Amino acid sequence: MIAPRLQVLRYLRFVKNAGFWFAAALAATPCASVATAAAAPEPEPIKIGVYASLTGKEAVWGQSAEKATRLAVDDVNAAGGVLGRPILAIIEDNQSKPGESVTAVRKLISRDKVIAILGEASSGRSLEAAPICQQARIPMISGGSNPKVTQVGNFIFRTHFIDPFQGTVMSRFAREKLGAQRLALLTEVTNAYAVGLAKYFSADAAAHQTPILVDQKYSAGERDFKAQLTAIKAANVDALFVPGYYTEAGLIVAQARELGLNLPVLGGDGWEGPQLLAIGGLALRDTYYCNNFSSESDVPETRRFIARYQARFQSMPGGTAADAYDAVLMLTDAIKRAGSTEPEKIRAALATTRGLRGVGGPLNVDANRDQLKPAYILGYNSGDYHLVQVIQP
Amino acid sequence: MPRPHLYLLATLACAFGLSHFSDRMDPYFLDVLTGIGINVILAVSLNLVNGYTGQFSLGHAGFMSVGAYLAAAVSVFLGPRLLGESGGTTLQQGTLFLAALITGGCAAALAGLAVGVPSLRLKGDYLALVTLGFGEIIRVIFQNFEPLGGALGLNGIPAYTTIFWVLALVGLTVFVVTCLVNSTYGRGFLATHDDEIASEAVGLNTTRYKIVAFVIGAFFAGTAGGLYGHFKMTITPTGFDFTKSIEIVVMVILGGMGNTLGVILAAILLTLLPELLRPIAEYRMIIYSLMLIVLMLARPQGLFNFKFGKAKL
Amino acid sequence: MSEFLQQLLNGLSLGAIYALIALGYTMVYGVLRFINFAHSDVFMVGAFIGYYLGKLVPEGTLWGGLLVLSGAMIGCALLGIFIERVVYRPLRHGPTLNVLITAIGVSLLLEYTGQIVFGAAPRTFPQIFPTANYHVGSLTISSNQVFVIGVAILLMIALQLIVFKTKIGTAMRAVSLNPKAAQLVGVNNNVVISFTFGLGSALAAAGGILYAMNYPSIDPLMGVMPGLKAFVAAILGGIGNIPGAALGGLLLGTVETFIGGSQFSTYKDAIAFAILIVILLFKPAGLLGKFTIEKV
Repeated sequence: MIAPRLQVLRYLRFVKNAGFWFAAALAATPCASVATAAAAPEPEPIKIGVYASLTGKEAVWGQSAEKATRLAVDDVNAAGGVLGRPILAIIEDNQSKPGESVTAVRKLISRDKVIAILGEASSGRSLEAAPICQQARIPMISGGSNPKVTQVGNFIFRTHFIDPFQGTVMSRFAREKLGAQRLALLTEVTNAYAVGLAKYFSADAAAHQTPILVDQKYSAGERDFKAQLTAIKAANVDALFVPGYYTEAGLIVAQARELGLNLPVLGGDGWEGPQLLAIGGLALRDTYYCNNFSSESDVPETRRFIARYQARFQSMPGGTAADAYDAVLMLTDAIKRAGSTEPEKIRAALATTRGLRGVGGPLNVDANRDQLKPAYILGYNSGDYHLVQVIQP
Repeated sequence: MPRPHLYLLATLACAFGLSHFSDRMDPYFLDVLTGIGINVILAVSLNLVNGYTGQFSLGHAGFMSVGAYLAAAVSVFLGPRLLGESGGTTLQQGTLFLAALITGGCAAALAGLAVGVPSLRLKGDYLALVTLGFGEIIRVIFQNFEPLGGALGLNGIPAYTTIFWVLALVGLTVFVVTCLVNSTYGRGFLATHDDEIASEAVGLNTTRYKIVAFVIGAFFAGTAGGLYGHFKMTITPTGFDFTKSIEIVVMVILGGMGNTLGVILAAILLTLLPELLRPIAEYRMIIYSLMLIVLMLARPQGLFNFKFGKAKL
Repeated sequence: MSEFLQQLLNGLSLGAIYALIALGYTMVYGVLRFINFAHSDVFMVGAFIGYYLGKLVPEGTLWGGLLVLSGAMIGCALLGIFIERVVYRPLRHGPTLNVLITAIGVSLLLEYTGQIVFGAAPRTFPQIFPTANYHVGSLTISSNQVFVIGVAILLMIALQLIVFKTKIGTAMRAVSLNPKAAQLVGVNNNVVISFTFGLGSALAAAGGILYAMNYPSIDPLMGVMPGLKAFVAAILGGIGNIPGAALGGLLLGTVETFIGGSQFSTYKDAIAFAILIVILLFKPAGLLGKFTIEKV
């Protein structure tokens, strides 16, 4: 047994050493970022910040957005950059967790001194970041669809259509194309996007005398919807709207079919995901969802984008990728028209974006800083989803 | 800690001083400091319950969320009415914020009472799970409570949290907890922890001590929640789930249960670590969990525990 | 009426899965007096082993499915034994709180390593057994549901047989009653405890496979909620009591399903915890358990 006093001295020495390294690490962090800045080559790149869910539950979309962003940045730089300078995208991960986007965006703005923020595909996390960007007077371009995102302030823009449009489109589709009079709703209540979309769908349905008869709910991560679906089945409805994500949508449709619920099931752009077909399988017959992007679109920019994305990443891009690419496009276009990298001037230029040919459709910023873009309705047919209808705004 | 009053005054002076220089400081650095402060309050308040009184609570994030929501409700719903269109002067805002924090803390304390009373009879594993259950119930209630945003959470909370408030509350929390535990009354907490049956045998009302620990711990967790809400400006029910409770528990265990200084150091370390490890953020939880396991196997008294002898929990 | 019956069937099928997981909790608690937090993640690992094995066998065949099921059960049994040996055994004679905290650590480690290794995005579990839907009146019964209930019952009967009719089962009961006395009469505690962990983990794996069959989307965090609910089920039935765990699981599954189909569906998760609190306050021994007085 070592004498207690000696133990104390040893421990104190350990703490002192640990403390020293600790403090050194703390001090080194600002130095590290300064060092990298000093090593930057001439001409100085234009720094834009990107935040996305690169890891965590919604990593699929975050990674897709990140790939498309990198593709866009490379394309812009290959064409000579903007105002003679290359653009540099600094990408931060929010791990799909609430609260993390705030820290990520704050770091991008105050530490990395970016001139604009791009992100995110999720309305919920965009809503977290938007007040930060607005307060810091840094323009932000989001890929979310909930109207509240751009309502935060005049520095917040988007590349996606908004949910009132999407909800109305699907409601009309159910009513006119499918002849459904009795409707049911199954919403993910833990998701800002789903709740918003459900609200707009219901509002339009009610306004046209086809109100929602059954309103069921579920939380993220749930697997068993038989309880809710059994209740829906008992109500004898003509169609079911599921405004959630593909992760649950596939299970919902599969379980609905198992219960003998053979009605058309409709969804929003959250249904777009790689595993939808795998999870749902043949149960997906008679389902339709609305998207801002279709791989069968004949718009030349879209076809070019699909080809380049596939060539570089060996996978098919989706709506999230298109939004991310278009965000870069929109930003660089605004910087060119503003002739400056000052956030205030970029904001003014963004507000007057007209007729920009994006890879996901034409980009026209309206008075609310939203987009008036067409919606693509996709229907399941022989193993995959195909374009059924294009709805213009 | 001798003369805790001096430490409190020193912390308040620091808070005051820093707040004057805050506009000249790097905002990101201030952010990290604020995060550290909030976590210190959470860890120290949990330490009172877990460490000193020996009640293993896994639902601390629930109290934090009650505080966050109630404080935010005061600012968001009462604020405009009390401050008027202009938003009020800094003094008015500060008073409102203080009122909001106190409301949040008291509401959380009530929740602590509600959780503490039924949980008294339970020990060890059962207590841990019941507190976890309560934490989850609180989360589900907020998820379904539409006036406070429901599942989507509450946004548009004014950013009242400044470095002054954070440091002042850190000082206050540490002061209260330390004084409490080192007082004659406070020995009761330690007695309850060491041997409940013996304490009852000598006439201590262990029931009352446990409830008091829960209530005070919850109060400070609530104020931390209020600070958090006015810092991130958006709060969602899922941000206060079991995972958050575990993060606070890890701080207490790392610091050594029942060791305030150790817990403070652990809270600082565990708040800085994710920021320093930003490039490998996805490995953070793996490192945390490995740390828990290794710590329990090798050094159960915590990393920053300066006590010697047999590791007692 | 048919809605009621359908919900009842849904509830029993979900409850059977909870029962399987609850059995693991209850067995480990009975023998070691501690709650193995990592159990729910063994459940998840079982599902993932099944996923990878399922890719090797042709879909929808009976022998393929049974192969995947046994493979996952064996794999998880080994994992459970490994965890016990490396992490829990050194702490066996220390305060139980330490083991509890370590168990939380193991649980988190499995979850987050799973997220790195498997990716956090959900994967689709292959159809390992042949499926069909039967319609009895307006009731729809899926073969998966029948299979789940059937396998769960079989495994529970097998477990009862092991515990009451075999030597090792008697040894398990001895250790759970009094570990020191069991050692005195020649029981090798280490072997018994390892066996208990292995058995419990195998049951968790079976639960994982059955769960994944019914809800074919698996992800590394899939075990958290079912694990917690199964734990509630174990307490509901009386912790340490095997038929109790089964009963608790079925009851909890059914109640949860009925709530889920009503307008309070979003309170589903809270219901399980409310039940836990009520049981612990009013009948801590559970429905079938016996209350023991704590001695000084």
